[in-house]
Amino acid sequence: MAFTEPKETYTGKVFQVSAGTDNGIVFGGENVLPFHSFEGSVPNRPVIAYEIQDVPPHDWPETVKAEYSGASNNAAAWAKYCQDKFKAKALTLRLIGTHPDGEDRTTEEAAKTVREVLSAINIPLIILGSNHAEKDSAVLVAAAEAAKDSNCVIGKAQEKNYKTIAAAAMANNHKLIAMSELDINLSKQLNILITQMGFDKERLITDPMCSALGYGLEYTYSVMERIRLAALTQNDAVMQPPMVGDVGMYVWKVKETQALEKDIPQWGILKDRGIIWEAVTAVCMLVAGSEILIMRHPEAIKAVEQFIDEMI
Amino acid sequence: MLIIGEKLSIIARRVREAMLNRDRGPIQEIAEAQWKAGAGMIDANIGPAEEGGEGLMEWMVTTIQEAVPLPVCLDTTNYKAIDAGLRVHNNERGRALINSTSNDPERFGMLELAAKYNAQVIGLTVGRGGLPADAEERAAIAAEIMARAMEYGIALEDLYLDPLVLQVATSQDHALKVINAVKMFQELNDPPMKTVAGLSNISNGCPKALRPILNRYYLALLMHAGLTAAIADAHEVMETVKTIEVIIGRTLYAHSYLEM
Repeated sequence: MAFTEPKETYTGKVFQVSAGTDNGIVFGGENVLPFHSFEGSVPNRPVIAYEIQDVPPHDWPETVKAEYSGASNNAAAWAKYCQDKFKAKALTLRLIGTHPDGEDRTTEEAAKTVREVLSAINIPLIILGSNHAEKDSAVLVAAAEAAKDSNCVIGKAQEKNYKTIAAAAMANNHKLIAMSELDINLSKQLNILITQMGFDKERLITDPMCSALGYGLEYTYSVMERIRLAALTQNDAVMQPPMVGDVGMYVWKVKETQALEKDIPQWGILKDRGIIWEAVTAVCMLVAGSEILIMRHPEAIKAVEQFIDEMI
Repeated sequence: MLIIGEKLSIIARRVREAMLNRDRGPIQEIAEAQWKAGAGMIDANIGPAEEGGEGLMEWMVTTIQEAVPLPVCLDTTNYKAIDAGLRVHNNERGRALINSTSNDPERFGMLELAAKYNAQVIGLTVGRGGLPADAEERAAIAAEIMARAMEYGIALEDLYLDPLVLQVATSQDHALKVINAVKMFQELNDPPMKTVAGLSNISNGCPKALRPILNRYYLALLMHAGLTAAIADAHEVMETVKTIEVIIGRTLYAHSYLEM
């Protein structure tokens, strides 16, 4: 008797989500586990969005800063640089300058930056707050209005502030990232609460919270894996939005991406080490189920794109 | 867990009158309420319907499917009525379920109909010789029904084995035997056989106030034993279904799980 390959069958499917307008991106839509195209349909490849921010990246390691020197003093110029020089398919603008402990920029300033960035690029934009729940609920409302009808991804809505942010995303025709902190049940609960407001679950993106290799990556991995299994094998519609891996911001603050060669020579070349750290973390997120990644170093992005090419 | 909404039975006076007068209002109202409460299929029980069964089942199937986007479980011993109902059943809403065949030669015709219309079918584990004595006898009958279904070209995944729930008030020892039968049925095939139970029969003959209590707790135990589907009142059991599905890990817990 001929050997027949055992194949899993799945009852559910990840929602397909689009962002942007003319040069838009589409992600999700698969009815199998990550890269299991031999068992079903994987209509879209994962997307990587270059991360920029509203203020110069003073707190980023030199390794990454150097890649954007000359462009990163101005968000719009930086955005255009990513699009033109690195052929970025999508961008993430993190409004970190609005954080009350940082520059505490106003909502008006944030809205202005959003408008400037949008007019400098023709690729989709993800707009993130500073992760200060209270401030974000004002900043992201202003940002969502400033970006009205550009089909952006707005985030991150959390348990404490989801109402205003979801309402703003809904009113201005954006997609929405719902973030919970490494808790699968809260992740489901937040998605339920947001959809109960009338927000279409097919316009949601789940962020179960990322972490860097060596710093809790396995927790993120398990939570993502469990969410994806609920979506596919239990056909749990609330768990069927695509997932985002916010990789760069976690990776580029860990010791392994910062320690100088003269201090820890046995760890090897700092530049390569950081790039590898970001690429490996990103690949783990893809294998766990992320459809969209937010990353910083162009070389790491290139490596992950190559990985995707080989897997697809 | 598939709930087959059971409220459309000729035994209920309001339903019987609506059937007799061909009054679509009450039928559609009940079907819609079952659907909204979480039923995935609607049971149309027209009794033996020896006279005019064909017209009645045809009318029931059409009337139900006009109101809800669900398949129908055709519940009668009248072969011709099932035939007539299946002919008009809208399969875009899902496949119909015949209730039921058994190990009684008089009911083998139902398998023929299942094959003819590509319907699913319930196999009630009783034979000619009366009620099964225990779980083992139920499983033995189940195996015979499975063999016969295959002869008729019916895939085993389209057969739901029904252990025949009996009244706790008169046959208390069978309550546990039925639970054991549900476990045994699943072992008769790989992938496991599907199972269905006429849930409310457990509380038949009990005081009205006790019936929902008995039905719900019994369903919880049957679900834990692996039951696939239940013919039940969706209003009465959905809370139990959702809770047990969380407890046995079939759905992911969230604080609002009952609202989903």
